[in-house]
Amino acid sequence: MSDDARVSGSVLPGPAPWPVLLPAAAILTHEAMSARGAGASTWRLEREHGFALLAVFLLGCGIAQAQSGAGYPSIVETLWKWTPLLARGFVFNLAISVLAMAVGTIAGFFLGFAQISLLLPVKRGAWLTTHFFRNAPWLVLLFYCMFLLPFQVTILGVRIPIPDWTKATLGLALPVMANVSEIVRGAIQSIPTAQWESAASLAFNRRQTLWRIIVPQCVKRMLPPWMNLYAILTMATVLASIVGVSEMMTQTQRALSAESRPGLLLAFYSYVLIWFFAYCYPIARLTVRLESRYAVNQ
Amino acid sequence: MTPTSAEPIVELNDVHQSFGGTDVLKGVSMQVRKGGVVCIIGPSGSGKSTLLRCINGLVPIKRGSIRVAKFDVHLLRTDAQKIALRKDVSIVFQQYNLFPHKTALENIMMAPIHVLNENAVEVRERALALLAKVRLAEKRDAYPGELSGGQQQRVAIARSLAMRPEVMLFDEVTAALDPETVKEVLNTIRELAAEGMTCILVTHEMRFAREIADDVHFTDGGTIVESAPPSELFDHPQKERTRAFLSQIL
Repeated sequence: MSDDARVSGSVLPGPAPWPVLLPAAAILTHEAMSARGAGASTWRLEREHGFALLAVFLLGCGIAQAQSGAGYPSIVETLWKWTPLLARGFVFNLAISVLAMAVGTIAGFFLGFAQISLLLPVKRGAWLTTHFFRNAPWLVLLFYCMFLLPFQVTILGVRIPIPDWTKATLGLALPVMANVSEIVRGAIQSIPTAQWESAASLAFNRRQTLWRIIVPQCVKRMLPPWMNLYAILTMATVLASIVGVSEMMTQTQRALSAESRPGLLLAFYSYVLIWFFAYCYPIARLTVRLESRYAVNQ
Repeated sequence: MTPTSAEPIVELNDVHQSFGGTDVLKGVSMQVRKGGVVCIIGPSGSGKSTLLRCINGLVPIKRGSIRVAKFDVHLLRTDAQKIALRKDVSIVFQQYNLFPHKTALENIMMAPIHVLNENAVEVRERALALLAKVRLAEKRDAYPGELSGGQQQRVAIARSLAMRPEVMLFDEVTAALDPETVKEVLNTIRELAAEGMTCILVTHEMRFAREIADDVHFTDGGTIVESAPPSELFDHPQKERTRAFLSQIL
């Protein structure tokens, strides 16, 4: 009789047809969602990457030192000399990443909610926008923003210049927006329909259900893929060097051409990598911690 | 057994419902008096849960009519109209469906505050009283994940009661529980029925149905096969199908 009771719900339409498979399905869904949120990349920074990077850096320094003849300053001295300039470039990387993330997240939230709209045109339009920007290469979007946006706009007779780094920020905010949109949509749809039904039976309307019941449960699920996306975005900010923004990569190239010693190449580029690693690694660790914590609670 | 009046508060007439070409309900008619307790029993897939969801407008019907208190449920179209109905009709689900990000007390307080726009202080008092009523006063700050199935189900009942509904619907509320915790949930429902709450229960607890119900409806294949007071239906079933079902489970 108790077996009969447990199965009876499954004959009717609704969630949970195979209760036994549910935990596995939930885990798979969560993993797939995180992966999708991270732009279909499950690659993640590990401590080993840091060690490998350090090894490459030391090797690069060794090579540079060996190749520099007498009369040249040591490699450490050279790196130290350029560090303030590189650091100024790195500030640009951070500024672009934070701003692009903020703009992309806000726009992505609207787009994500539009994706679950009950109005079909809104839903379709949001879906199309999301998938267009999600599947377009980041560099292409960056070039579009760089060359299609004017270098200045005139509003009411006031000329407002648009610096390159602003355009680069916008260019990177577009794919962020599309990815956040998918994170939001995925998280909302991952909440069991029983929660919607339960809220409806307590006379909550759709808006109240979303804001008071569904979205608060989503925040936890959205946080890890969102942070993952941020780490990826930070690493992608060096793309801005291709379009001429004075970020760290550009500054490195300038430093190298000023030194004009080919032996410095490996040392300098691995030095830049170490900076990025030092910034992104703690974020990656925190993401892993949050993911495992929420995996237990939900 | 329970205070009743002649006027039916819930009235179903020839209700039809289908999902993707499959007929789930094929002409169900029944009445429940104010303060009455009705149990619906029957095999899996006979449309019992769907019937409850139709009564509070979660599932629209294809044909027939449903009246609950002053609402003609089959005529409700907009969300606003359905929301008005659901303030009067509460449903308790098999899987409890508490809101996992809120404590037991908050789960109970949410709807009265945000839906009925009642004073938060008064709602809190009422919620605490309801928690005490379902014997979970000490669990008020616990999250659903920290409660047993039976405790969660009692919080869910308290949450529904906080809306002060006219009618309570129970959808196999003990089916997902351990045998040990079934009793505490049934006790809660028993008290509600004794206080004169109109209850419609879909249940597999035959002994409980026999004890508590004014009328028992046996459903199979989307229709009500037999309806009678429990003593008659369980001891002297008239229909062959009813006899076959009861002999399987009793």
